[in-house]
Amino acid sequence: MAKLKSMEELAKLRDDMKNRTEMRVTGTNPDRIVLSVGMATCGIAAGGRDTMKTLVEELEKHGINNVSVVATGCLGYCYAEPVVEVRFPDKGPILYGDVDVKRAREIVDQHLVKGILLDHAIIGKGAGRR
Amino acid sequence: MHLMVCGGTGCRSSQSVQIVENLNQELKKAGMDQEVQVVTTGCFGFCEKGPIVKIYPDNIFYVEVKPTDAAEIVAEHVVKGRTVQRLVYKDPAGGKQIPASTDMPFYGQQIRIALRNCGLIDPENIDEYISVDGYQALGKALSTMTQQQVVDTLKKSGLRGRGGAGFPTGLKWQAALKQKSDKKYIVCNADEGDPGAFMDRSVLEGDPHSVIEAMAIAGYATGADEGIVYVRAEYPLAVKRLKIAIAQAEEYGLLGKEILGSKFSFRIRLSLGAGAFVCGEETALLNSVEGSRGEPRMKPPFPAEKGLFGKPTIINNVETFANVCPILLNGPEWFASIGTEKSKGTKVFALSGKINNVGLAEVPMGITLREIVENIGGGVRDGRTFKAVQIGGPSGGCLPKSLLDIPIDYESLSAAGAMMGSGGMIVMDDTDCMVNIAKYYLDFTVDESCGKCTPCRVGNKRLFEILERITDGKGTMKDLDDLEVLGGTIRDASLCQLGQTAPNPVLSTLKHFRDEYIAHIVDKRCPSGVCQNLIHYVVVADKCIGCTVCARNCPVSCISGERKTAHVIDQERCTKCGVCFSKCPVDAIVKE
Repeated sequence: MAKLKSMEELAKLRDDMKNRTEMRVTGTNPDRIVLSVGMATCGIAAGGRDTMKTLVEELEKHGINNVSVVATGCLGYCYAEPVVEVRFPDKGPILYGDVDVKRAREIVDQHLVKGILLDHAIIGKGAGRR
Repeated sequence: MHLMVCGGTGCRSSQSVQIVENLNQELKKAGMDQEVQVVTTGCFGFCEKGPIVKIYPDNIFYVEVKPTDAAEIVAEHVVKGRTVQRLVYKDPAGGKQIPASTDMPFYGQQIRIALRNCGLIDPENIDEYISVDGYQALGKALSTMTQQQVVDTLKKSGLRGRGGAGFPTGLKWQAALKQKSDKKYIVCNADEGDPGAFMDRSVLEGDPHSVIEAMAIAGYATGADEGIVYVRAEYPLAVKRLKIAIAQAEEYGLLGKEILGSKFSFRIRLSLGAGAFVCGEETALLNSVEGSRGEPRMKPPFPAEKGLFGKPTIINNVETFANVCPILLNGPEWFASIGTEKSKGTKVFALSGKINNVGLAEVPMGITLREIVENIGGGVRDGRTFKAVQIGGPSGGCLPKSLLDIPIDYESLSAAGAMMGSGGMIVMDDTDCMVNIAKYYLDFTVDESCGKCTPCRVGNKRLFEILERITDGKGTMKDLDDLEVLGGTIRDASLCQLGQTAPNPVLSTLKHFRDEYIAHIVDKRCPSGVCQNLIHYVVVADKCIGCTVCARNCPVSCISGERKTAHVIDQERCTKCGVCFSKCPVDAIVKE
């Protein structure tokens, strides 16, 4: 590591390192959005790992940092794996089925960024929590 | 996914190092060691239920984790995304499982400023500190603020010394800035010595860079180029992590010559204390750093005028320094909005004694004692009755139940006869004898008195002897007056804070628990059954079945009686060892 010579270099290093701990800071934020990916045996076999990776990468690309991507167990929709649940703090959860890499990108682009639901992919909706 | 494992002294002594190793092994076996990172952090504060493992991004908080649980955590949680229910914290009141720390009553009322990074980052990795805005406050000060502006910011924030006395930090810095001198020093007082206090250790272990950065800021603000951390050698982990942190900061050019391209240069070295309590007193500490005896100096001159090697010196406590960077980054108004009119911000308390949740809690000033003891601390252990809480260590005092609703701030605690001190908080229940507690603390200060001034050296010894008489059942009512008069003299006439505050435990218990003293003197009775010379073991004849167990186990053979008839204890020869009391199968022996 070369010595930091200016405030700008320090700020740049901070930004480069941000993703080391961002997940932890977001994790305790009560207003975070949670994306749960079904990662039981069926989910993993259907490609859940790639789905999860894509979600994380897309969020990073869009610079979204109030979202936690969490692995969860089997949700029971084995025919529709991989499944992804989107949960905003103030709304009921939306469950998407058959989320391959392409659909994962759509979820981030449409639902998270623009607030448009992907009607064709929804397999379940929950009641609002609050 | 990040698996955060507590690496504080408490959790390490319950095998958290082994947990880290096992987790790494299991992850490798599962082929997930690239995706999942195991991080050793500083103290989470919830020491009662350690070792702690916290999982992000899920925000799941596992308690009392054993090394053998690593396999299940990896197989269930990491691979399959299923929470390991049996390791989740259970609310003792309702038995409800609380998987997220943010929902736990222990954390509910806390505001973490000094402890902000403890449990959040790896203290041995400067990159993680930088990622959470580390060294930004130093950069801001160097690039955009004048020395006076930094001092003014601290003044405006209302930050006061967290080591005990509560002197305004901004004023201390101002006094040092005003001095004209070729050399000035910044000293960090990490000689934490109060029994039961461990917040400074936890900050140094969990977030050493926050202290280093704040010392550099203090150096810039007052024109000092050298910092010294005076830390006790009994804190090996804190020393190790400080050394790592200083080396990393030097490597990054955040300590050393011309920091971040400015004209400011600053270096930090450690000075290890040998464990004398008096060296926590600032002038005795300075003597110790200089290589002299740890004896206090006369004040004035204050260290800010004439300190280390006769040069202007700022001495601040670890926790005080830990508050500096957030004040610079978030603004003094933000800090001043927390707390009470005269006591701003938060204070870290080390909860211990007869309380359910032993640990570290950082709470806003002005919170009541009751909220700390009952909500955060989870109430008194084993369902017993609360009697008192001892605040401020050997310099502090015992507060009774009737004062549980006073707000925690410097002035209210002093008015009640206790002291903020470093923030040790020891809860006592109905089995604790207050006279004995006072004697315990006095024994400590008598031991630790440096002997320089007479009131402390001789006076405290005499106080201790009077207390010993009372607990032996040989006290008189005049002793109570003597305690008060002598205690007042020691308080007024001692040279340093150690002596001036040493009578506090006696005077506060005398004020709030006078009836216990009187019971010892007049009735020759210890109401809590603690003081050996005032208790008697007696056989209740009706209950005794004459099994002879007590007689056979008595080490001095002072119990007599035939088989199947009631036994008798010879009080003259009884040594009150309590063996018969614990051996009796039918509870026929009682303590009176």
